[in-house]
Amino acid sequence: MTVQTSAGAQVPVTVLTGYLGAGKTTLLNRILTEDHGKRYAVIVNEFGEIGIDNDLIVDTDEEVFEMNNGCICCTVRGDLIRVVENLAKRKGSFDAIIVETTGLADPAPVAQTFFMDEEVRKMSRLDAVVTVVDAKHLMARLADAPEAEDQVAFADVILLNKTDLVSPEELAEVEATLRQLNPYARIHKTQRSAVPLDAILDKGAFDLDRILSLDPHFLDGEAHDHDHDHVCGPDCDHDHHHHDHAHHDHDHGHHGHHHHHDTEVASISLKGGEVDPDRFIRWVGEVTQAEGPNILRLKGIMAFKDEPKRYVVQGVHMLVEGDLQRDWRDDEPRESRLVFIGRKLDRAALEKSFRECLV
Amino acid sequence: MPTVTPVTAPGYVVFAGFLGDTPVFASGEGTVTFGTAGRTEKPHGGILAAVRDLDGRTLVTGGDDGRVLRITEDGTVTPLAEKGRKWIDQLATGPGGAVAFASGRTVWVREASGKEHELTRPRAVGGLAFFPKGLRVAIAGYNGVGLWFPGTTAAPQELEWKGSHIAVTLSPDGANVVTSMQENALHGWRLKDGQHMRMSGYPVKVKSLSWSAKGRFLASSGAGASVCWPFHFKDGPMGKRPLELGPRQELVTQVACHPSEEIAAIGYDDGMILLVRFGDGEEVLLRRPGDGPISALGWNRTGLELAFGTETGAAGVVDLAG
Repeated sequence: MTVQTSAGAQVPVTVLTGYLGAGKTTLLNRILTEDHGKRYAVIVNEFGEIGIDNDLIVDTDEEVFEMNNGCICCTVRGDLIRVVENLAKRKGSFDAIIVETTGLADPAPVAQTFFMDEEVRKMSRLDAVVTVVDAKHLMARLADAPEAEDQVAFADVILLNKTDLVSPEELAEVEATLRQLNPYARIHKTQRSAVPLDAILDKGAFDLDRILSLDPHFLDGEAHDHDHDHVCGPDCDHDHHHHDHAHHDHDHGHHGHHHHHDTEVASISLKGGEVDPDRFIRWVGEVTQAEGPNILRLKGIMAFKDEPKRYVVQGVHMLVEGDLQRDWRDDEPRESRLVFIGRKLDRAALEKSFRECLV
Repeated sequence: MPTVTPVTAPGYVVFAGFLGDTPVFASGEGTVTFGTAGRTEKPHGGILAAVRDLDGRTLVTGGDDGRVLRITEDGTVTPLAEKGRKWIDQLATGPGGAVAFASGRTVWVREASGKEHELTRPRAVGGLAFFPKGLRVAIAGYNGVGLWFPGTTAAPQELEWKGSHIAVTLSPDGANVVTSMQENALHGWRLKDGQHMRMSGYPVKVKSLSWSAKGRFLASSGAGASVCWPFHFKDGPMGKRPLELGPRQELVTQVACHPSEEIAAIGYDDGMILLVRFGDGEEVLLRRPGDGPISALGWNRTGLELAFGTETGAAGVVDLAG
């Protein structure tokens, strides 16, 4: 996997996930009716639930497929590629795109679509994954539906909805669980999905500065599984047309049964001074190649040696995208910060190999 | 020296070509512009696909309003189908005035008589093309192409190749089916024996395919030159080197072979258009760079005029005779 750079002037995309009944449709209807002066193209699975008539609402059947590159974690949404290409023909008609996924959806293929497809990347950029969770039912969903856990782990923003239906103690427990799975997401507690829209839309680079300045001490002492029964082989690039069956074996892990109490999802935060750009890019490529299926999200801001601009990197599974953005300000320490959220990640190994990138 | 008459379209040019002798430009904003004086109508909310009829007299459009329309050079609009809130983004025209269109997994074929046939595919439709003769449609999708005789009860014949096929074309003799793939390659099948053809090496997806006069070459976009695969050898393009016409630092976005000569108009990502001869690669500049990627090209009947359009709505007609 190569580290790619993205061009500017892309339309921001918000991916809206959440288990059935969590309040996604209520939120969508709110976005479509509120007077916010922005025009959204909305990609949904069912017109039926949306009470608004708008010619920029498009309904589509989720069609997930593997890229033919020998890597089972490189799945994309074929229907989304098509819809975004079609939206490109009406680029002047909207300011942003919202993708609603079905309740059972794994958010990875949606996110990966915005990394994998050249045309889609030219037109749009993933702004944030927003996950709506139901305060009353989340614990049960986490126990019986692996997708619910993935949706929480993937989120940049979490709407902890229906808070009026639970006691303060229950709410605290739910929030602690969300924090355990994903300490970096911004959590908004809501009733009937009522949230100021600027809290969830067009967040820009996933609130990276805020996310990366968190230091979640409560992650310490989590269970780690150091057993790596699988690595993505060196064939996992985009030029191969065969399948590595090891991936299939691994994939069962993805969809296995998870309970929130003994979840394998954890996050790892890495921090250091300036890094050597060549060594860092090689390292992040190797890590995502080897650990891609286990990495749900990665985000970081890097201080490259002798580079006045901040290097912003983000990834989903094996896909990594990096870009030089604004200049470092004089009052900012030139620090490199990187966060991984994933399963079975080896904290010690990541820390050690990351240190080797430091100047 | 070729001269360019500019036309301004209201948005992304989805189709540029001629109905009879009238240049016509369809845009993503749902408009159709007739002639270089710029008379513009707006039959759709947004136009996702537009294809000329085989006789070159009418334009068939598919919209995000679920409608399929037939539009003549004088601007007369005839609705062919209405499918509610579906996005009609796949469209093909065939012999005898037949039209095929698709949305999601559903394909419809409408005969000139108005008789409509419907087929549901296992996965979303990536592309449609008619066979040159008879009423038979190639339907590209995930893992291959289905060949369907509308109006018969027979199941489509399936041509299989793993991966997502996003466009399909038939050679003018009906002997070869070629698809464009999500994985930046072309794939082909020789129908008489099912022989596969793999044509890869593109840096991006191939969005434009055009058969040269008599079907000797298949010209393609998706690289820093128009890659033209030879189909006139006994075994087709297998083991043969393709021609690479108009090599530049910019990607080819559109290609349109001349209706009678072995030359092609090649449109690039920066808005440039070159005319290139197959025989010796000789190039003539038809349009200087500017106004975004070329998104549509279309010759007139005589091959002396070329209509073009870009993603930003710049359009026009190149007169080769000057």
